[in-house]
Amino acid sequence: MALDPSYLKYRLRRYGMDHDRYEWSMLSERAPIAWPNGARVALWVNLAVQFFPLNQSGRPFPPPGGMSTPYPDLRHFTLRDYGNRVGLFRCLEALDEAGLTPTFSVNAAIAPRYPQLLERLNRRGNEILAGSWHMDTLHHGEMAMEDERELIDRSLEALRAAVDQPVTGWLGPARSQSGNTPDLLAEAGIRYMGDWINDDMPYPFATRHGELIALPLSLELDDQFIIQNNLHSEWEYADQVKDACDYLLAEAESTGHGRLLALSVHPWLMGQPHRIGAFESALKHISEQTGIWSASAADIVTTWSAQRA
Amino acid sequence: MREDPALYDYRAWDERLPIRWPDGARVALWVAPNIEFYELDPPANPNRKVWPRPTPDIQGYGTRDYGNRVGHVRMMELLDRYGVRGSVSLSTALCEHHPEIIDMCRERNWEFFSHGIYNTRYTYGMDEAQERAMIEDSVRTIAEHTGQQCAGYLAPALTHTERTLDLFSEAGGLYTCDLFHDDQPTPVKVRSGKPFVSVPYSLELNDTIVYVVNRIEPRRYGAMIRQAFDRLYREGERGGTVMCVPLHAYQVAHPHRIRAFEDALAYITGHPDVWVTTGREIAEYFVEHYYDQAVAKWGGGDSGDGGNGA
Repeated sequence: MALDPSYLKYRLRRYGMDHDRYEWSMLSERAPIAWPNGARVALWVNLAVQFFPLNQSGRPFPPPGGMSTPYPDLRHFTLRDYGNRVGLFRCLEALDEAGLTPTFSVNAAIAPRYPQLLERLNRRGNEILAGSWHMDTLHHGEMAMEDERELIDRSLEALRAAVDQPVTGWLGPARSQSGNTPDLLAEAGIRYMGDWINDDMPYPFATRHGELIALPLSLELDDQFIIQNNLHSEWEYADQVKDACDYLLAEAESTGHGRLLALSVHPWLMGQPHRIGAFESALKHISEQTGIWSASAADIVTTWSAQRA
Repeated sequence: MREDPALYDYRAWDERLPIRWPDGARVALWVAPNIEFYELDPPANPNRKVWPRPTPDIQGYGTRDYGNRVGHVRMMELLDRYGVRGSVSLSTALCEHHPEIIDMCRERNWEFFSHGIYNTRYTYGMDEAQERAMIEDSVRTIAEHTGQQCAGYLAPALTHTERTLDLFSEAGGLYTCDLFHDDQPTPVKVRSGKPFVSVPYSLELNDTIVYVVNRIEPRRYGAMIRQAFDRLYREGERGGTVMCVPLHAYQVAHPHRIRAFEDALAYITGHPDVWVTTGREIAEYFVEHYYDQAVAKWGGGDSGDGGNGA
């Protein structure tokens, strides 16, 4: 028995990456970035405003957090819907109390389903990122480009029609992408995306329709990853957020380079009454530090873009 | 298929060798940063899927790429502070992709050993000639880019054949990290009959096993490392032990995890009788001082199968 000889060919064994989407670059070697008012760490807190359909297709994989018992999975449908009814408002109260700025990544299906919710978000004036149509419209390498273009256009049209802001950020369901996604996003007027998790700072990302900015929304520090995937407690979550905050502040201090703390928060999870206190504790810790710039993702991208070498 | 890999003979822990490490140290501590390259679109292996999501699986790929873009430098600076030279488990194609990382390791006089060419090319299904070609390519790449004669091996993604260790010995290798059966080095039977050693490389304290498989909290990982050290240090009075901490910068070097690891490393290196060393130095010291004694007592060395690997 042997493998096909092609298995021992290494076509892309070369300097840099094995694709052409971004340049190989070490964070430590890049030009310094300074945030406004001498801040050392830019804080991006994104609240996920999501719709998980009851009739989930699960293709090409079930979305994390999606339906998992036989149809009709009322249990998971309503647990996720809890976020839009209750959890989101608890999370917002906690953020407002701490004086921190959220963004919302919104599944466009929210626009026709819960227009009053989207109008509430719109009136707050915080930035809204597009999150595809819903959590079961995953972007993946087995989908036709035309289908994906239609999905992206439909999602952006629904959101842009409903809110008083341009909507230039993108966060795909489960941070999923096909090989065409960045091209289609740029074509549709998206400026930056949070799906790629390979860095601690923004970086430029090449597409067939000009450049996007990748603004990594940390997965390893995501509440769903820590609590639902890793089964850590809410207080362990808070400790990890605090440790990350302290470490990034210290690293920014010692290197003189601004850093980014990106928190991905799911109101259906963190907004539960037994967890919200731990979230508040993490936010309190952050808000008590000097050198934190709490900002929208678009403002972080704009500030970074103005300084890139 | 065999019932047993036939690589070593049994010995009981309370009959272990009374090893004394240099300067009377009780524990030989080595830290093994895995410096890896995962391909976005590797060829399929019939025995194991690479990425869970359809290509491009940007989540799996991006997770690993984080180590190269962000993590290694953090980890290197941390290890510098505690006088630890890394023993690098290297996807050798990284010499071509990211030579800057290799240069930073060389400046620190770190050891490089082979972890295959890519961590997305599995050994499963290779015939002997293919596996030999892959191993020899990796050894040659290390020599060309670092000037080092590769001494150690950790199979790419821990994928093996029955011949893996025989082939690595024949390619000039001295030790393997693929076996987890002991807290001391042991002779390993290879068909070349040359001295060949298993140097303990802990899967239990491997950050990827800890964070991805066992999903452990960062501060608890620090506590586990301290607990392991305390026991190996105590038992090391009766016979020197080996403690390995295998790392992946894409896991341990995240801002919410690295401080807990640093606290543990500070704790260990704050003890007097610790030999802070590398995989190669442990293997060489063992071969020079204890290998013959170990073979005489428990066997090992030659696989005794007439060189056909059967």
